[in-house]
Amino acid sequence: MLTLRARRRRDAMVHALLILAVIIVMTPLLAVISYVLVNGLGSLSLDFFTQDLGSPARAQQGRPTGLMHTIIGTLVIDGLALAFVLPFGIGAGVLLAEFPDHPLNPSLRVLTDTLNGMPAILKGLLAYALIVQPMGSFSALSGSVALAFVMLPILARATESALAAVPWSLREATLALGVPRWRVILSTSMPAARVPIVTGVLIAFARAAGEAAPLMLTSFGNNYLTFDLLAPMDTLPQRLYSLAVSPYREWHAMGWGAAVLLLGLVIIVFVGARVATRRRFP
Amino acid sequence: MTVASRTVPSPVAHPRAAEAASTVPSATVKLEVRDLTVRYGNDVAVDEVSLPVRAHRVTALIGPSGCGKSSFLRALNRMHDLTPSAKVSGSAVLDGGMEVCDPRSDPVTIRRKIGMVFQKPTPFPTMSIFDNVAAGLRLVGIRKRVVLDDAVETALRQAVLWDEVKDRLRAPAAGLSGGQQQRLSIARALAVRPEVLLMDEPTSALDPQATQAIEDLILRLKDQVTILVVTHNLQQARRVSDVTAFFYLGRLIEAGETEDLFANPREARTADYLSGRFG
Amino acid sequence: MRSVIEVPPPTRDGVDEALARPMPSRFRRPGDRAFLVLVTGLALTVVALAVAMGWVLWAEGRTPIETFGFLGFLTGTAWNPVTGQFGTGPFLLGTLITSVAALALSFFPAVALAIYTAEYAPRWLAAFIDGTVDLLAAIPSVVLGIWGIFVLAPWLRDTFYLPVYLTFARPPEWAAPVVDQLPAGVLAVLGTPQNYNMVTFTLVLALMVVPFTTALARDALRSVPIEQREAMWALGATRWEVIRRTVVPYARGGIVAGAILAFGRAIGETMAAAMLIGNSNKLPFTLFGPAATMPSVIVNEFREAVENLHYSSLVAVGFYLFLLSLVINLGAAWLQRRLTVGSRGS
Repeated sequence: MLTLRARRRRDAMVHALLILAVIIVMTPLLAVISYVLVNGLGSLSLDFFTQDLGSPARAQQGRPTGLMHTIIGTLVIDGLALAFVLPFGIGAGVLLAEFPDHPLNPSLRVLTDTLNGMPAILKGLLAYALIVQPMGSFSALSGSVALAFVMLPILARATESALAAVPWSLREATLALGVPRWRVILSTSMPAARVPIVTGVLIAFARAAGEAAPLMLTSFGNNYLTFDLLAPMDTLPQRLYSLAVSPYREWHAMGWGAAVLLLGLVIIVFVGARVATRRRFP
Repeated sequence: MTVASRTVPSPVAHPRAAEAASTVPSATVKLEVRDLTVRYGNDVAVDEVSLPVRAHRVTALIGPSGCGKSSFLRALNRMHDLTPSAKVSGSAVLDGGMEVCDPRSDPVTIRRKIGMVFQKPTPFPTMSIFDNVAAGLRLVGIRKRVVLDDAVETALRQAVLWDEVKDRLRAPAAGLSGGQQQRLSIARALAVRPEVLLMDEPTSALDPQATQAIEDLILRLKDQVTILVVTHNLQQARRVSDVTAFFYLGRLIEAGETEDLFANPREARTADYLSGRFG
Repeated sequence: MRSVIEVPPPTRDGVDEALARPMPSRFRRPGDRAFLVLVTGLALTVVALAVAMGWVLWAEGRTPIETFGFLGFLTGTAWNPVTGQFGTGPFLLGTLITSVAALALSFFPAVALAIYTAEYAPRWLAAFIDGTVDLLAAIPSVVLGIWGIFVLAPWLRDTFYLPVYLTFARPPEWAAPVVDQLPAGVLAVLGTPQNYNMVTFTLVLALMVVPFTTALARDALRSVPIEQREAMWALGATRWEVIRRTVVPYARGGIVAGAILAFGRAIGETMAAAMLIGNSNKLPFTLFGPAATMPSVIVNEFREAVENLHYSSLVAVGFYLFLLSLVINLGAAWLQRRLTVGSRGS
């Protein structure tokens, strides 16, 4: 027989253990964020945003060096990837949400979720085999394709949730006016879901912007500024890796700078997404 | 002589309360409820209701929807503790000893003595039939196989479910029909040997056959437990209860021996409700 | 016969004419059909991507698999680009050990977190914790990697690995009798402490996968119907008893799915592995010594893989990773359906 006091005591102990677990998880997490903020913000300077990297000697000799080319490269490659993937991702989401009885849907959903769960490096290998090998060189273009592969399932699922949240009665009201199906989707469903769709696009962008592995096999990296899409180009996550594992202390410092930029991007998109969706559903 | 026109609360038993009590047949009072009030925020759901609940009797609580009868019932086993916005005041004394509504009284102990069956049969889906019935017993630490087997069989027999499930006690509870699930819920509540059983519209989700079975069960159980039944079905109240209490807009309008109340209601509103003039 | 309905006089603006035009049924309009075809075509790229991944990985990686055999290449322990001997064994071992350990370490804290925010914490605190943990899932692994390299790894080495290793290697007076009793293998298992090793990576990995378990567990816990909880409360249960006996079992589908998804995430973790695990291809792996995983070896050696067999072996490792990930993801979906209360499977 368990006395009531014993049961109450067990309750209190469990409560304490749960709080301990929260502390165990939150402490390193908050530590990561603080270290990145402190070390990273300290590395940001005017040079950081206006110079490219050059050779290690440049940093070691104290000459101006920075990651401007990396930031530009990230925007170029990721922007291009988004442009590639937008119609396909949104199209898949539209099919899943607007035509729920379509026979393709169950398999499509499973495949989308599976692709989402696959390591990004596999998508890099695919882009390597499809683009880098035939081209004969690493390129920004192949990097964009690899990131497009990463973004596609994320965008599809985000679009699907966004559209699925629009009540059917809204579509039915427009249909009842004699408007054809495709017009209903374009004029009613999608505008009604535009906030979560845009949020989904931003989230897909942010997720892909943090992926280094596929880029290391495709866009490879470049210590200098370039706009040539058919040549290797630098991006933040891949550059962060190189700087961190390099033997040069000056480069380590710039690595923290890259880290804080990536973290900042993620936090901004994350918080923005929450604020945007909360305003819709108070 | 109305019970309803109560505007001045008083700590001592209200003179009218004595009148209301006098229309309830005498037997020991199991649960003495005085001036029970339940508020959700600013809404008063139960307005100073006093009702002596007699032991080994079935008391039916009737009234139109939203009249406070369920809120009243739930106050009796401290279910309102789970609702942050609910405030309960007044008193409900069990056996002249335990004060149910006092926040210092331990709700776990109260709920062991005052059990509840809900409108929707809720067997625990991840547990077998046996484990469902034994759930309350295991909570207090009873682990011995023999003891559990005995107690589960007793409870299932009381709930008139034993014969139907005795060969499949290990089967998942979710496989039972609605009526069987409700009887399982009753068995589960009975297994911890409560003194009072609160039933919140126990048959409204069931078909007529299952309803009949539960009603027979209630009549059979009243020798062992004191029962309060909330029901919106007037015929059911008539079939099953010894005492009926009519609620309206949070107030107890009238309470008395069932046959008397139905035949000769004293309040106009009671008469209107019973005759179907409003529902 | 006089018309009962008064017909309004025709207006000039063409509305009546437009309304009077016959309205065809929905899908007979060519616009609808074309739209459906367009959208389906766009959606098929998802299918194409999945198929292409399997196909291309096989096509590019088949040589070593055919040379050494499907299981042979999977379990072979030699990985030597110079001699042309390749086997995934070390990396498979590294992946499995680190992922299983990370899941084991993270499971209870992650579920505890979900239980705390779903059942105990006041709303503002729950929102803060949930938000921060979800943010963790969004932090790029390279960022966690750089923190691991410069902050966590040195600290762990100095605070734990070195002292622990030294206690076993050169035990102080008070520990000597106990340590001498232990089998000699303990030191071998621990290994000489390096900066970047299996334990450091596993700890960071455990942190990274927590949000996956927590998010699904949290959703499952929140969707347990209130009637279930009330039924348990009414039997006279304390708060933890209600959670343990009713809420958590009811939510087991989501909890298990979260754990499997976390495992799937763990096996695919590439950058933090490349930065923290030390990158050694030689078995045996030791706890405090360097190791490698399937994704880490791909990203580490890819740029130097000039020779064909080396390249295709790396792709073959990717192919195995693809299969593993596929099995885990499909398994998670199936298992969740079976364990979720109320679904057809359970």
